Amino acid sequence: MTDAVAVAEDKENEDTETREFLTFMLAGEEYGVDILRVQEIKGWDSVTNIPNTPDYIRGVINLRGTIVPIIDMRLRFNLEQLEYGPTTVVIVLKVEKDSETVRTMGVVVDAVSDVHDVPTSQIKASPDFGTTVDMEFVKGLATVGEKMVIVLDIDHMLNSNELASLESIVNE
Amino acid sequence: MSIDISQFLQTFYEESFEGLDIMESELLNLNVGSADKETINTIFRAAHSIKGGSGTFGLSSVADYTHVLETLLDEMRDGKRDVSQYSVDLMLQSVDVLREMLSALQSSEDLEHDRIASSHKQLTDLLSEGSSSSNEIDESVSSVEGNKENQSNGGWLIDFTPFPNLMKTGNDPVRIIRELDELGDLKIELDDEKIPSTDEIDPENCYLSWKLTLQTEADEETIKDVFAWVDDECDLKITPLVVSGEYTGPDRRDSQPVGQDRQIANRRSASKEQSSIRVGTDKVDDLINMVGELVITQSMLHQLHDVEEFNQHTLERLQDGLAQLEQHTRELQENVMRIRMMPISFAFQRFPRLVRDLSNQLGKSIELKLTGEQTELDKTVMEKIGDPLVHLVRNSLDHGIEMPDVRSEAGKPETGTIELNAFHQGGNIVIEIKDDGAGLNTNKILQKAKDNGLVKETDTLTKEQINDLIFQPGFSTADVVSDVSGRGVGMDVVRRNIRALNGTVDVSSSPGVGSVFTIRLPLTLAILDGQLVRVGNETYVVPLISIIESLQVKSEFVNAVTGSAEVYKLRNEYIPILRLYEVFDIEPDTKNLTKGMLVVVESEGQKIAIFVDELLSQQQVVIKSLETNFKKIDGLSGATILGDGTVALIADIVGLYHLYQKNIVPSELKVIHGGGVAA
Amino acid sequence: MATRILAVDDSASMRQMVTFTLKGAGYDVEEAADGQQALDKAKGGKFDLVLSDVNMPVMDGITLIKELRTLSNYKFTPILMLTTESTGDKKSEGKTAGATGWIVKPFNPDQLLTTIKKVLG
Repeated sequence: MTDAVAVAEDKENEDTETREFLTFMLAGEEYGVDILRVQEIKGWDSVTNIPNTPDYIRGVINLRGTIVPIIDMRLRFNLEQLEYGPTTVVIVLKVEKDSETVRTMGVVVDAVSDVHDVPTSQIKASPDFGTTVDMEFVKGLATVGEKMVIVLDIDHMLNSNELASLESIVNE
Repeated sequence: MSIDISQFLQTFYEESFEGLDIMESELLNLNVGSADKETINTIFRAAHSIKGGSGTFGLSSVADYTHVLETLLDEMRDGKRDVSQYSVDLMLQSVDVLREMLSALQSSEDLEHDRIASSHKQLTDLLSEGSSSSNEIDESVSSVEGNKENQSNGGWLIDFTPFPNLMKTGNDPVRIIRELDELGDLKIELDDEKIPSTDEIDPENCYLSWKLTLQTEADEETIKDVFAWVDDECDLKITPLVVSGEYTGPDRRDSQPVGQDRQIANRRSASKEQSSIRVGTDKVDDLINMVGELVITQSMLHQLHDVEEFNQHTLERLQDGLAQLEQHTRELQENVMRIRMMPISFAFQRFPRLVRDLSNQLGKSIELKLTGEQTELDKTVMEKIGDPLVHLVRNSLDHGIEMPDVRSEAGKPETGTIELNAFHQGGNIVIEIKDDGAGLNTNKILQKAKDNGLVKETDTLTKEQINDLIFQPGFSTADVVSDVSGRGVGMDVVRRNIRALNGTVDVSSSPGVGSVFTIRLPLTLAILDGQLVRVGNETYVVPLISIIESLQVKSEFVNAVTGSAEVYKLRNEYIPILRLYEVFDIEPDTKNLTKGMLVVVESEGQKIAIFVDELLSQQQVVIKSLETNFKKIDGLSGATILGDGTVALIADIVGLYHLYQKNIVPSELKVIHGGGVAA
Repeated sequence: MATRILAVDDSASMRQMVTFTLKGAGYDVEEAADGQQALDKAKGGKFDLVLSDVNMPVMDGITLIKELRTLSNYKFTPILMLTTESTGDKKSEGKTAGATGWIVKPFNPDQLLTTIKKVLG
């Protein structure tokens, strides 16, 4: 599965085909993640707090029997905290830890926006556009019609030390 | 057609390891001098299977090595060779070598060629002693090359006269002729003179013979191969056709599948190592029955699906259905868990060998007694308890049991006894390692601990606390009681490994009488008996195995030591109080000790009193890893899903204590409860 | 109806390999882990070919061949032994018992198929 995704990506890059992105809103800006990585979208529900972890790790939930951590994207990007409302959703993502391990994690965003077909040639690695998001986690910038979508590198973003053990996971 | 045979390798490895275990235990059963034939046969069969499989799956190094072993066993089986102590020792050693070779290949590691070669040589040396069979090895090696001198010059004349019974072995002359036809241009002359008169004819017999002229470049060996199966069932004459012209180039036969170890090993390494489990069909049948009942219950409940308004009758049916569902679910869970359960004999079986080898080496006389071998525990636990057990048994052998002369001086039998015993006790498995040796020398231990600074000169420790010191890091047992063969690894590692399995290990000992190490382990790593506790809005699970008691705080028993750290006086002990809300940084209902509860837990001889708001129910929980999608969190060993679908975190007692020490405890406190020497 | 083959070996990996190879070539394969199992299966149905290991627990291959040859159904059925070079005398023992021939271990799937095609025609 993992390999298939990786291969597909490479291929599409070469052929400059289009890719589908799920976009979501966060503090007025639109962000995109590769739709192949989206497992599901669910409403915000209560979580179990994990002691001694950073604020942006909201806790863990039970997703059909597995324990899935939930990360608040506003807090992750040091944006102003917002009361969760009716549009608040959790996007459950498949995150590649390494070539063998795929982890399931949820991110809390303001709202889901759209699904866009973006030609890969349209995704530009733009170093200096005005955004509050840490450039480290940005893959590039895509222009969709009039809009600008910030494409996120979720593997990088969701595998930092606070979110993953350094040693490889031996369990199960 | 090409088939990737590496897909069968995993099965091959598993059955080979099983075969090696059988070889080992049967070798230990062999009586030198008067060996039981069936025992040798069993050993032979195991070696034979490993050789056959390794050859087939391209593990030529294993095949070559096993070949010698097999030949040796074959000679013993046929009574051509005596079973000597030396040969048994050598074969036991070769079992180890094979085990190492297979594990190395399985995990794509390099083979220890020197060790293999020297062991191989010892075996061949033994083989060549007073036996002609060493020639056979050379033969089998050279036969691969084939015999190339007898080359044809244009073709062969073949006289083929089958014996009447040739077809009774399922052979068919037509098949043979067809095969020859594929080798070149074949002319067939049939001789049917021998066919008897109709009344004498036996339709099951073959009365025909053939004169065959085959024009081919194939050599005589190839022709003979075609007839190989009927060699004894026919008259066969193969003569060269006219000698003319020059023959060029040898005919190479299909290459043999040799020397592929590396490739296959490499291919395997790409995929993650999987382990499989063999399950008795009865267990599977039970499961199927269980699921059958579950389906019935489900359909019964489904009938109520469309009920618009419940009346007395339908409500009762609903309640019945739910009660059944609960029961079946529980039974299903138990049965699924049973699948992973294996008798502990798998972990015990290596000890006869170990005790035998080590007692020889140490010059001690030791008898090993195994009891409770059929006690079952989870496969994962079993795999992980192996090393700690070996360490403890070795420790008893080395440091526990005295030398024969010392023993007889002390009025004990010269032969010491080590007992391994396993039994179930309240949802746990208990393994005891008991020796009738000298017992722990508390004076020496205490002195050593003081020398190492683990204990202060002024401390007064109970006997139990002193004995427990041997599990402290940096406290090598090597020169505590004896100094025969310090193995490098200390008891702290044993305790750490057992702790990793949510288990405990303790020792009790009396001088001159012996020591008992007691390991307590959960039956499975998948399920835990837990006490649910609440702090503020959070629910945590405390493993029941570590709880001593839960109590309401009487303020007069609380002492604050040097201001910030508190201890609770429970009978004669002072137990540090760990306020869970502080360690986990959450908001509790109450910070007033008298308004909440203390859960007194013990792990590794260290007692702590965990302060929580409230005790909830006790229940079995299924352990879920936090690391699968997240990471290891200090003070937690995992999570579980409660009946209402929410997640509760499982407390890791030792981890909690470390957090507590790091955050709160002032150094002076360590002195009071001797066992809790700092990590 | 597909050709039915009975594969007898006490080693699970060998059985897997043989079955996989033969099924891939379109044969119907049944497995047995020792001679006794094989004999029971053979009695329960007709096989066109029997492939049997020699060294097995419970009932060895030689005994199996002898037993099979006493059954009228298996009088002329090809029975191939899976043997190794080192147990050379087993070949003649097997032949005497009634084996059609042998395949020498180690063999690879292609070798196995070639031999079987030869026998089954």
